Amino acid sequence: MSDTIVSIRNVTKAFPGGVTAVDNVSIDIEQNEFFALLGPSGCGKTTLLRMISGLETPTGGQIIIGGEDMAYTPPNKRPTNMVFQSYAVFPHMTVEQNVGYGLKVTGVASDEIRRRVGEALEMVKLTALATRKPDQMSGGQRQRVALARALVKRPKVLLLDEPLSALDAKLRDDMRMELTRLQETVGITFIIVTHDQDEALSMASRIAVMDRGAVQQVATPAELYEQPKTRFVADFIGKVNLIEARVHRQIGRKVDCELKGVGRMELVSDNLVGAQVSVAVRPEKLKIASSEPTAAIRVQGKVRDVAYYGDTSHVVIEAADGLNLSVNVQNDTRLGGSGVERGQSIWVYWAPEDSIVLTE
Amino acid sequence: MENWKQNPRVFWTLGLPPSLWLLAFFIIPLGFLFIMSFSDKAMVDGEVSITGYDYLTGITNYIRAFDPLYLGIMWKSVWISALATALCLLFAYPIAFGICFAKDKWKPLLLLLVVLPFWINLLIRTYALIAVFRTQGYVNKILGWVGFGPFEMLYNNFAVIFGLVYVYMPFMVLPLYATIERLDKSYLEASLDLGGSQFQTFMRVTVPLTMPGIISGIILVFIPCLGSFLTPDLLGGANALMIGNVIERQFKAANDWPFGAALSFLLMYATFGALALRYLFTLRSKGVDV
Repeated sequence: MSDTIVSIRNVTKAFPGGVTAVDNVSIDIEQNEFFALLGPSGCGKTTLLRMISGLETPTGGQIIIGGEDMAYTPPNKRPTNMVFQSYAVFPHMTVEQNVGYGLKVTGVASDEIRRRVGEALEMVKLTALATRKPDQMSGGQRQRVALARALVKRPKVLLLDEPLSALDAKLRDDMRMELTRLQETVGITFIIVTHDQDEALSMASRIAVMDRGAVQQVATPAELYEQPKTRFVADFIGKVNLIEARVHRQIGRKVDCELKGVGRMELVSDNLVGAQVSVAVRPEKLKIASSEPTAAIRVQGKVRDVAYYGDTSHVVIEAADGLNLSVNVQNDTRLGGSGVERGQSIWVYWAPEDSIVLTE
Repeated sequence: MENWKQNPRVFWTLGLPPSLWLLAFFIIPLGFLFIMSFSDKAMVDGEVSITGYDYLTGITNYIRAFDPLYLGIMWKSVWISALATALCLLFAYPIAFGICFAKDKWKPLLLLLVVLPFWINLLIRTYALIAVFRTQGYVNKILGWVGFGPFEMLYNNFAVIFGLVYVYMPFMVLPLYATIERLDKSYLEASLDLGGSQFQTFMRVTVPLTMPGIISGIILVFIPCLGSFLTPDLLGGANALMIGNVIERQFKAANDWPFGAALSFLLMYATFGALALRYLFTLRSKGVDV
């Protein structure tokens, strides 16, 4: 396997005034990874990124980049480069000058600067705009300048702070693919900060989900979605039905519990659980039937709401004990639709292995 | 904003009083002075009249102004003002920077400290400087304790430059503060992140991006310095005469308004020249490598 390029060890950042933005975080990021720091605003992800870049210093812990502890190394001495959320493309320089800036200030020979700037501009498809000033460019083009300016330095790690948030929807999709392509071409470790789960899921090879300064889970997108470790992760990544459950007893991995509004059943959990758990089920794992199914887990309820999204319909079903279940129904035949109407009495069922037992 | 053409009544109501004010108290007196500069004092019974003038007699005043004596004073005024402006910039930049990076709750207080001297009359402040710098002044007293001096610090170019820097410093700090405050700090972070040292970041990013503030500050300090007369009069005495003193004397002691007017206009043209240079500079810097 590949080596660790960035190792964050017990890093804490406490701001004067008592706010702890990052609280004892440890993450290992591998060479050539497309790593995402994901979380709601104020979760500390940007502060963590800025500490990797050196623009912020931690109040505790180590940040090891390429085998060297750089927690207190200034940004201009680190093998990292950043693409800022606002792009921060220098307005008084042309595109070429912007891209060449990092080489010029570090004393690279001018003919080499010219060659590398040319390559970088080609990579982000901006060769034609080399002599433009930033104020004559669109947001998407400015972002490409910021990307080229960072990549031309051939950093060990490229840091991207919410790179897509300022772009419109169409451009965002293009740029998402572009970033993935770039990362594969240049073979540099990318660390991206985002609050957008779709962005993280579609681009990243691994994701660290953060909440209130702490890492909740580090995993691949599929693992995060299918095996969330905490209630927060299950809720933050994708849509989920969270059902309260009371645990009667646990024998080995088998948990005998009573789901509110559903009934008593046996589920599987790797962890030792307490008396109270939440059971998470993704809406697309739920099935509906008009007559009572034979499945082990089944609930009867009334259709409260149907929202049509073209390929799918999102159906909300109200069962006993105030339990609301969201079900995604594939509209897989043209004339059938979701086949449900508001107020209709209906059965919901799912396979026991699609239930995730969450303790916290 | 709405186009004023769509609201002519509002435009005239708001625009007319200040226009009339400017016309009555600026344009007309300026025109009068312009005519005066081409005039001569009238001769009455073979003597020079005190109040009478022969209007539009020629350019004799201007020819007189190009006498090496006056040209020398003019040139000295320019370099003293330039030096004072440069020193103001040198000191004001760190001050403005410091205020911008101070905690939000301290900023109003620090800005207040910058403008606080304006609350005291210029004359009193200048006399206070005399008290500080004179032979038995505070500076010499302190130097005396450690066995130096006393030095003659007043009535020379140094005293004038010090006085000008002291008086006009706030005019440099405030525009600089305004531009630095608006400067997006992520540009500085980007420069550091790209490998620039603090010094390179300052020279290649901070200074070019705060150039509008620097230029405003230079204009706001250089022009009043060039025309100042109180500071050189009190602190420079006869040894450090500036063109403002000469002009003041023409209007008062010498009672030679035509010559004073001619000198005033030459000073104004010199100011225009400085503004034109600045304009050329901004035109040029747009095209070239910064």
